[in-house]
Amino acid sequence: MEVVVFSLLNGLLYGLLLFMLSSGLTLIFSMMGVLNFAHASFYMLGAYLAYAMGGQIGFWPALFLAPVLVGVAGALVERYGLRPVHANGHVAELLFTFGLAYLIEEIVKLFWGKQPVPYRVPDVLSQPIFTLFETTYPAFRVFMMVVALLMFGVLWLLLKRTRAGLMIQAALTHPHMVGHLGHNVPLIFMTVFGIGCALAGLAGVIGGAILVTEPGMAHSLGPIVFVVVVVGGMGSLTGAFVASLLIGMLQTFAIAVGASIGDLLRLVGIPVAPHGELTGITLAQIAPMLPFLLLVLILIFRPRGLMGARET
Amino acid sequence: MSALADTIATPPARRASGEAMLEIRDLHAYYGKSHILQGVDLDVGAGEVVSLLGRNGVGRSTLVKAVMGEVPPRGAIRFKGHWIAGLPNHRIARLGLGYVPEHRDVFPYLTVRQNLQLGVKNPRRPGKWRLEQMLDMFPNLARRADSPAGVLSGGEKQMLTICRTLMGDPDLMMIDEPTEGLAPLIVRQVGDLIAEIARAGVAILLVEQKLSIALDISHRVYVMGHGRIVFEGTPAELRANDGVRREWLEV
Ligand SMILES: Nc1ncnc2c1ncn2[C@@H]1O[C@H](COP(=O)(O)OP(=O)(O)OP(=O)(O)O)[C@@H](O)[C@H]1O
Ligand SMILES: [Mg+2]
Repeated sequence: MEVVVFSLLNGLLYGLLLFMLSSGLTLIFSMMGVLNFAHASFYMLGAYLAYAMGGQIGFWPALFLAPVLVGVAGALVERYGLRPVHANGHVAELLFTFGLAYLIEEIVKLFWGKQPVPYRVPDVLSQPIFTLFETTYPAFRVFMMVVALLMFGVLWLLLKRTRAGLMIQAALTHPHMVGHLGHNVPLIFMTVFGIGCALAGLAGVIGGAILVTEPGMAHSLGPIVFVVVVVGGMGSLTGAFVASLLIGMLQTFAIAVGASIGDLLRLVGIPVAPHGELTGITLAQIAPMLPFLLLVLILIFRPRGLMGARET
Repeated sequence: MSALADTIATPPARRASGEAMLEIRDLHAYYGKSHILQGVDLDVGAGEVVSLLGRNGVGRSTLVKAVMGEVPPRGAIRFKGHWIAGLPNHRIARLGLGYVPEHRDVFPYLTVRQNLQLGVKNPRRPGKWRLEQMLDMFPNLARRADSPAGVLSGGEKQMLTICRTLMGDPDLMMIDEPTEGLAPLIVRQVGDLIAEIARAGVAILLVEQKLSIALDISHRVYVMGHGRIVFEGTPAELRANDGVRREWLEV
């Protein structure tokens, strides 16, 4: 029971963190067709900026300012980097974001070194908020969940209920037509890219404090975020939300359950040796593999993803 | 002459060339290495209905695409005194040039009403076409006003794309093959709608294949063959010209 509850909470936490990163990426991906490899780098940038600024101006202003700065950086990258490169096709764009990801990583190393930085949350948030089965649950984690859920709500309303949101939705499938109607599609692209990066930055401000803030943090989350986007379905905010939670839960539960493959097989009635070479592999060992297995299967059997508007 | 044609006001007499609303001069366009438009000259005057006819694949769609910059244009294009060749499409649209492309691109996940709302360029300055009025005109659209536009039939989608562009209050509309693949009754409705738009004083450049509709509602027609204009004249002149019809239009 205890394991189940904590796995649920951790899965939820991890899933919501994934959602904060993937919400922007799914819009960027389906609207511009840009496989933005640097998306998680903006997440890292958010964490480092919050760490750097937090020392000067305190955590709360940094929580607000760091994402704004990351968003502005993202918009500038789109306007003066991606847009000119776009003329040379998708492969050029892909290589551009690939290079950008490494560039950001090296810049971060240059300023803050290769070791993790001691980025911590303020005392109010590091206190326990409740106790379950004699284990305390830190307030900061609940804070993160609330922020992520708020973000989902606000984004959903913006997308579904405002004129700008309608334009974005229309541009997801028919960007040229939106332009023919007199709307500035390049400006919409830049704005969405900027906001997407800002959201990744916000995820970094919070995720950096819960996990670790180090130069490898973009690398460790980047691939999973792509899995979320594909599994959720291109351009679908709700899809990204569901897929984030699904993958978050999948991974935490696989780690938490102590069973091996052999145990599972015997559970469904296939008698195998309990500690064989293959059957002895535990679920925890294959946990890192699961999202990518899901990615491959989805691409084969359901290329639109769970809720996608069109094929990847 | 049919009843339709009689209902359209005669356009203001066109003045000497250089005064038309849309002027296209020596326009060329390419897909890769293939030279599709090979020096096209074409005019549309204010309030005028002009049809662009021709067989499949002669480059009619490419012409309207080049005007909107969807295909890179080489040559001179002037609209209401502005040189528009190569401008971003939203700038061209905001000058008052509406474009309804050939594939009935409704926004499938938005409702019919939202599609129409996106036709409005500036919600604080609504034009002369009102959303409710559009829905009144087309009961089929009104009934589906809050359904996703993706579920509409081909004819309904065509009505929607035309009405959506109309919401942006254009002075000239380029409509690419609006009747393609539609049942005769629907073709008739689309024809009526275009006539209605023309009556309101909007100039129209209609790309068509169906001679009957085009000849009925146009003031002037152009026939295109292999990337060039091969005939220019009034519908009556085209009717009288068996040679052009046989060589460039009939299959
Ligand atoms: N994207 C493209 N790439 C390469 N060639 C193209 C492309 N689109 C059209 N073409 C070619 O350009 C020529 C003109 O095409 P266009 O679409 O203008 O024809 P059209 O006169 O509108 O006829 P229809 O609409 O009946 O096909 C055709 O021969 C077509 O094969
Ligand atoms: Mg065509």
